Amino acid sequence: MPTLVSHPDEVKVISRRFGQGAADIDKYIALDGYKAVENALGKGADMAPWILAEMKASGLRGRGGAGFPTGMKWSFVPKESAKPKYILVNGDESEPGTCKDHVLFLEDPHAVIEGTIIAGLAIGSKMGFIYLRGEYRYLLNIMEKAVADAYAKGYLGKNIFGKDGVDFEIVTQTGAGAYEVGEESALMESLEGKRGIPRIKPPFPAVVGLYGGPTVINNAETIANASHILLMGGEAYAKLGSERNGGTRLFGISGHVERPGVYELPMGYPLRKAIYDVAGGIKDGKKLKAVVPGGASCPILTADEIDVGLDFDQMAKAGTMLGSGGIVVLDETVSIVEFALRTIRFYQHESCGWCIPCREGTDWIKKTLTRFHAGGGNKKDIDNIQYLAENMMGRTFCPLGDAAAMPTLGFVKKFRKEFEEYLEGARVEHPLIQIQPVGEPELAGAH
Amino acid sequence: MAAIADTIFTPELAARFDKLVTIYPLKRSALVPMLLYAQDEIGYVSDAAVAEIAQRLDLLELDVRNVLSYYSMLRTVPAGKYNVQVCTNISCMLRGGFELLQHCKDTLHIGHKGVTPDGLFSLEEVECIGACCWAPAVQVNYDFHENLTPAKMDKVLDDYAAGRGHNVPPSPPIGSAGQEAK
Repeated sequence: MPTLVSHPDEVKVISRRFGQGAADIDKYIALDGYKAVENALGKGADMAPWILAEMKASGLRGRGGAGFPTGMKWSFVPKESAKPKYILVNGDESEPGTCKDHVLFLEDPHAVIEGTIIAGLAIGSKMGFIYLRGEYRYLLNIMEKAVADAYAKGYLGKNIFGKDGVDFEIVTQTGAGAYEVGEESALMESLEGKRGIPRIKPPFPAVVGLYGGPTVINNAETIANASHILLMGGEAYAKLGSERNGGTRLFGISGHVERPGVYELPMGYPLRKAIYDVAGGIKDGKKLKAVVPGGASCPILTADEIDVGLDFDQMAKAGTMLGSGGIVVLDETVSIVEFALRTIRFYQHESCGWCIPCREGTDWIKKTLTRFHAGGGNKKDIDNIQYLAENMMGRTFCPLGDAAAMPTLGFVKKFRKEFEEYLEGARVEHPLIQIQPVGEPELAGAH
Repeated sequence: MAAIADTIFTPELAARFDKLVTIYPLKRSALVPMLLYAQDEIGYVSDAAVAEIAQRLDLLELDVRNVLSYYSMLRTVPAGKYNVQVCTNISCMLRGGFELLQHCKDTLHIGHKGVTPDGLFSLEEVECIGACCWAPAVQVNYDFHENLTPAKMDKVLDDYAAGRGHNVPPSPPIGSAGQEAK
């Protein structure tokens, strides 16, 4: 069971019910639960425009990683549609370093349900899907119970909250182990009972999505923010964050820190303070070497580069990304060569194989780095890895190719010296990643 | 649709499958959950399970296998009663995931994807399981074990070996609980 952490600098919006037993529907209602939906339903004909206006004013940007403005995404859905419209909640949290939705589903499942209903009311949808990653079976059980309780109260089903003609159904399910399914179009494929392979865009899901109908796909944390925004007002929410980055966000701080955990911090909060104050500094008094600021796909920041605010724009300016908010901290003992190898092994394993640059690129970078790490490298390998990564960028249907290439480029560009010293014998004393004899099944990766 | 007369699944799971195919706009959507639940019951996705699921969803067995081969949690050979999945991805790696994996290999005397001779345990090195802030983490079947050390891992394994280990119970029938309640 995840341990909850707390720090005085936290601004608790989405996490304000954590640790209070809000998975119980009555407790949730006592803590202002389902009030936002009732407020919205009370607006009558103005309901949808009101929700959209508040969501836009909130400055909320997608918490899954891309940072797309949520209000705008919702407004892209056509008003009239021959096919049913759908809400799809992405809880296929698989970005290494990210475990925020894990805590959200555990501690406040009804906030996800309420947000899904609000999104449905905003775009005129009657059905929502909440898709969790397969590993989160115990969280599916919690979500299932929450959904059942909401049906029992009349908050889901036909004529919800006693409003005639307002129907909303929610179906929950899990995947079965695939990082790629966290990508929105692959997620729709998976939900349609197929291999999780991305679709070409355009058309975008807002026009042609799940079952061919207009679909809003949001990360679970994004959607769970909706009820808080409607209750406090979009503008008040926006003010909590930094410019063009409204509100607060769940940041998972992991790796070599004293107090790892999921903390809710305002957007724009200084990364240095997040590491040294909130998470208690580097573990065992060691020195900081580098930080992966937003999940494994974000280019690494060196110890000198951490004076930057945690929002989408400041991170982009610093040459990296805010991503999914998973901050992974590396101390001075970490070998970047080994870390780079572990990172690319993940992407090679998770590449769905649909686009050749990603399938071949991740595999060849992994092979090269495996040999390099084992001591069989040469100077040309470093350029070759960079060349391979550069040729994956922007050449794939979905962002997985970029997600593999970007951190790889960060490692070889920012730590080139360490790669060169590795060749000269400065190798790790006890390599974590053992090379397997050719032919052993383990060489093929984890699958 | 008519229920399958000679189902290979328990009556509970068969009833659940009957329900599952009705809750989606297209019944094929039930495929991934059905494969997972079939595996939960049988221990792996057997040929017979593939055949019955194909029949239930009006798909070719080939379609079912095509999807089955994509998802890394699905398997076509039995694993141990307790499948020990050790995460070695970045956050766990930084806090001892690889040492934990080695410890499990040494303790259980099996490698990645190996099964102990008594069929009690199997071992897998897995990618990120979403427990990064409580690393290093291991999943035994669906159960999370966090902030582990080799000593704590021994305790976890001992508990399962003695039948005291916690196991996440199967989910209630998907989507049906609420719909019946209303």
